[in-house]
Amino acid sequence: MGEVYVVTSGKGGVGKTTTVANIGTALAMCGNKVALVDADIGLRNLDVVMGLENRIVYDLVDVVEGFCKVKHALIKDKRVEGLYLLPAAQTRDKSAVNPAQMKEVCEQLSQDFDFVIVDCPAGIEQGFRNAIAGAEKAIVVTTPEVSAVRDADRVIGLLQPTNLYPPYLVINRYKPQMARRGDMLDVSDVQSTLALDVLGVIPDDEAIVVTTNKGEPAVFKNNSKAGQAFRNIARRILGEEVPLMELEPSDGLLGLFKRIVGLSR
Amino acid sequence: MGFWDRLFGKETPSKEIAKERLRLVLIHDRAAVSPSLMEALRDEIITVVNKYIEVDERSMTVDLKTVDSSVALVASIPVRNVRRGRLA
Repeated sequence: MGEVYVVTSGKGGVGKTTTVANIGTALAMCGNKVALVDADIGLRNLDVVMGLENRIVYDLVDVVEGFCKVKHALIKDKRVEGLYLLPAAQTRDKSAVNPAQMKEVCEQLSQDFDFVIVDCPAGIEQGFRNAIAGAEKAIVVTTPEVSAVRDADRVIGLLQPTNLYPPYLVINRYKPQMARRGDMLDVSDVQSTLALDVLGVIPDDEAIVVTTNKGEPAVFKNNSKAGQAFRNIARRILGEEVPLMELEPSDGLLGLFKRIVGLSR
Repeated sequence: MGFWDRLFGKETPSKEIAKERLRLVLIHDRAAVSPSLMEALRDEIITVVNKYIEVDERSMTVDLKTVDSSVALVASIPVRNVRRGRLA
């Protein structure tokens, strides 16, 4: 029996889908059988981020409505052994699936896969309820901004009475230089506000835009810092002790001077 | 933020502003997430106040309000009668 994770955030645009694609791919690269499930019915995106959009035949709603079996709707990724995607339907909406059906799909998948990772839609309504229904563990993604942290806190509040509490925290799009000069909430600010364990900090990285343009997760790129951070998260999920990446650039003489005169914290 | 402003400590780092705004907004949000907490708080306030003053429980309101840069618990408790002998 595999483990079912849901990746959620409350706020849209913080990088849930990118996180699902990269952690999932990295787990498969480590030799695991992984199924990615796009629960964002009506606004599917995980297929595009994974570069699998041209191979969709059946989707999640077809499975739920009994038109096909789960294994027929799964798309096999050709780049990594053991990586599959269950796409969302694009022409339906959240009401096409209910939490009980979602739970059933997750249970079926967890029989055959080591990891099932559900990409949750933004918001806290039915799409969210569906996405979390079959999960055993949750990952909350946020960025170091007031709006994203606020929404993350709301989602954490909703997870509190469930088996998904406490979720893990991923801080995405982090800019170490800005945090250092006091113009961005830093890792400890976000972590202490939300009171969760940090599973990983993903530095802001242009490679994410470039790899997303091409439909290839950044974890394939050895020289991408964000890719490295996602690979580290996968190793932590697999139980390895991996320290948080050193994100601070060495700051040279000017930085040393600034620190001496107390300008830089 | 300009270098000289920071050198002379004129401007607060924007992160401190973000932290403070986040703190205030979360106090509100977290209280709103659990209406049962406000309910329990209201009931206990009534119990305590009722020992001294007879209050109109139905028209009582308890709410969190933002006043300047702090959050206040604001309770409006209409008084029906003061219990004789309890207030010296």
